[in-house]
Amino acid sequence: MLKISDVKTYYGNIQALKGINVEIAQGEIITLIGANGAGKTTTLMSVSGIVPPRSGDIFFEGNPITGLKPHEIVELGICQVPEGRHIFPYLTVLENLDMGAFLRKDADGVRQDRDYVFSLFPILANRRHQAGGTLSGGEQQMLAISRALMARPRLLLMDEPSLGLAPLIVRQIFGIIKKINEESRTTIFLVEQNANLALKIAHRGYVMENGRITQTDTAADLLNNEDVRKAYLGV
Amino acid sequence: MNLFPELRKSFIASLWFMFLTFPIMVIRVNTIENIVEWRWMNLVFVGIGSFFLSWLWRYLLSRKEMGVNKKTDDQDRTSLVSRLMKNKQLIIPAAALLAIFTIIFPHIFSTYQTSIMITALIYVMLGLGLNIVVGLAGLLDLGYVAFYAVGAYAYGLLNYHFGLGFWTALPVGAALGALFGILLGFPVLRLRGDYLAIVTLGFGEIIRLILENWNEFSFGPSGIANIPRPSFFGMDLSIQWATVYIYYIVIGICCITIVIVGRLQDSRIGRAWIALREDEIACQAMGIDKARTKLNAFALGATWAGMAGVVFAAKTTFINPASFTIWESIIILCIVVLGGMGSVVGVVSGALVLILLPEYLRAFSEYRLLIFGAILIFMMVFRPGGIVSDVRRVYRFESSAMDDKPQEYS
Ligand SMILES: Nc1ncnc2c1ncn2[C@@H]1O[C@H](COP(=O)(O)OP(=O)(O)OP(=O)(O)O)[C@@H](O)[C@H]1O
Ligand SMILES: [Mg+2]
Repeated sequence: MLKISDVKTYYGNIQALKGINVEIAQGEIITLIGANGAGKTTTLMSVSGIVPPRSGDIFFEGNPITGLKPHEIVELGICQVPEGRHIFPYLTVLENLDMGAFLRKDADGVRQDRDYVFSLFPILANRRHQAGGTLSGGEQQMLAISRALMARPRLLLMDEPSLGLAPLIVRQIFGIIKKINEESRTTIFLVEQNANLALKIAHRGYVMENGRITQTDTAADLLNNEDVRKAYLGV
Repeated sequence: MNLFPELRKSFIASLWFMFLTFPIMVIRVNTIENIVEWRWMNLVFVGIGSFFLSWLWRYLLSRKEMGVNKKTDDQDRTSLVSRLMKNKQLIIPAAALLAIFTIIFPHIFSTYQTSIMITALIYVMLGLGLNIVVGLAGLLDLGYVAFYAVGAYAYGLLNYHFGLGFWTALPVGAALGALFGILLGFPVLRLRGDYLAIVTLGFGEIIRLILENWNEFSFGPSGIANIPRPSFFGMDLSIQWATVYIYYIVIGICCITIVIVGRLQDSRIGRAWIALREDEIACQAMGIDKARTKLNAFALGATWAGMAGVVFAAKTTFINPASFTIWESIIILCIVVLGGMGSVVGVVSGALVLILLPEYLRAFSEYRLLIFGAILIFMMVFRPGGIVSDVRRVYRFESSAMDDKPQEYS
């Protein structure tokens, strides 16, 4: 479904991605783990076009999407939950969700999806008229995920959904990520610091170091891999 | 409020003020007789005055803080005006009264008053235009006056060279405004915040300097005179009637502006602007075309400035670069901020207050700007959201989960 091939991305003259290759099949949950500054966020930004790669190719469902504008990429069905949530602080929960459906014209479908995300995160339904910026961190993360779902993406890019959340909430959110994947067959590309949990819900995983992919395997094998356990699981 | 420390603070403030104003309020050098006058009485006045004012200031501040605490308890923090606006029974008679007053205004007041009102209404247009850029799209534009100048010079020059009339110049001015908006928009697509402000500031000055120095094109500092007022179906009107006529034209354009800006706000473009203002990365992640949204905002905002410029040229019949200084941009920005960013009613009242107030403060002659400044500071401290804050910012907490109210956009 998504194929990243030898992508190199720069910030000015700092090279953040030094030629990476990732492949994701339809319906999978893929996780990308790695230390701070490894280039995980940059990978997602390259896919969504917000930080366009300098060389290499990205294919989505067989078609090249390198060089497309971010909004054109969203139109194709790729939606990103940015790192640090980036919800709209002065808009209400409902308005935030509506923004997620910005490109859609099927009002009925939008309403359905709104009910669906409210069923995933009932707390958001209670806060529907509250300004996004006044939600708690966990609620904001739920809102960011819900907002991305409102675009009804075929590929969902998630950047550290567990950032700054209590362990209990993290577990809950990961449960829902799995549920989204199973119920609506959404392919998920999950970037995580919390490697342990991410590998538990993912099908396959990639390990990233200094702008390069150093390892890839099924999630279960990575969980048991000696090096990975030492470096990212803290055991 | 604890009395003694408060009084002490006021006392210190008044000492500080006496010290600060000492050179201008107390010493006067009489250059004819070569003596220095010491006006000690002034020092006493300043002392007493600032003592009470500073005390009053802190009293009001503490009251405001208490007031806010009280208000968060009940759920509705909507401002009085927006609550009034929701009340259907009140709004119809009020709107009717306002409409009648607007229509008969030039007939009950003098030409002078009407002319001031026209100026204020031109600023309403400018404010509403800038509100698109600053209030809705969140792009701080300090060079907005440039588009105003483009409109005014478009009419002035087209009339001078080709004899174009007001009604032809109006759409041309608007189109040129939009064109220049896009012209400014392209280089600043990647900028935001302070950088954007500086570049736009430079843009405004560049336009003014071109007008000032390119004599063959714009007649330099001496400007263009004898620009015709709009003619009434081919008839030339006396100054008095022309003023009334312009008044109605401006009222008409203002109404159209208000309707269009109101509709824009609720449209997809309006939503894209708001998304852009709130969070640029999220805006892109939602599939909004950032570049196009920014250009839209600049172009549409500049359109109104272009039109306002044409009207301005027709009203004053004389334009020169001195009318388009940075000070104008700042006044227009003040209108938007003071009125309430993003709110149409707010911007309209902001323009009326900011333009009419200095006129009616003329009675205070040299203290006019001082009082004006003081009012501005007071406003921003006690009503930081503006006269009418954006109804969008309403904070409502619902305990009953599932009652689905229709959404409000304002
Ligand atoms: N806007 C930027 N300008 C310059 N350098 C940047 C920028 N953003 C990221 N970088 C650099 O690119 C490299 C990769 O950053 P990236 O954000 O992709 O890391 P990450 O793997 O997401 O880290 P984390 O887990 O901390 O989020 C880092 O060395 C970072 O310093
Ligand atoms: Mg990151």
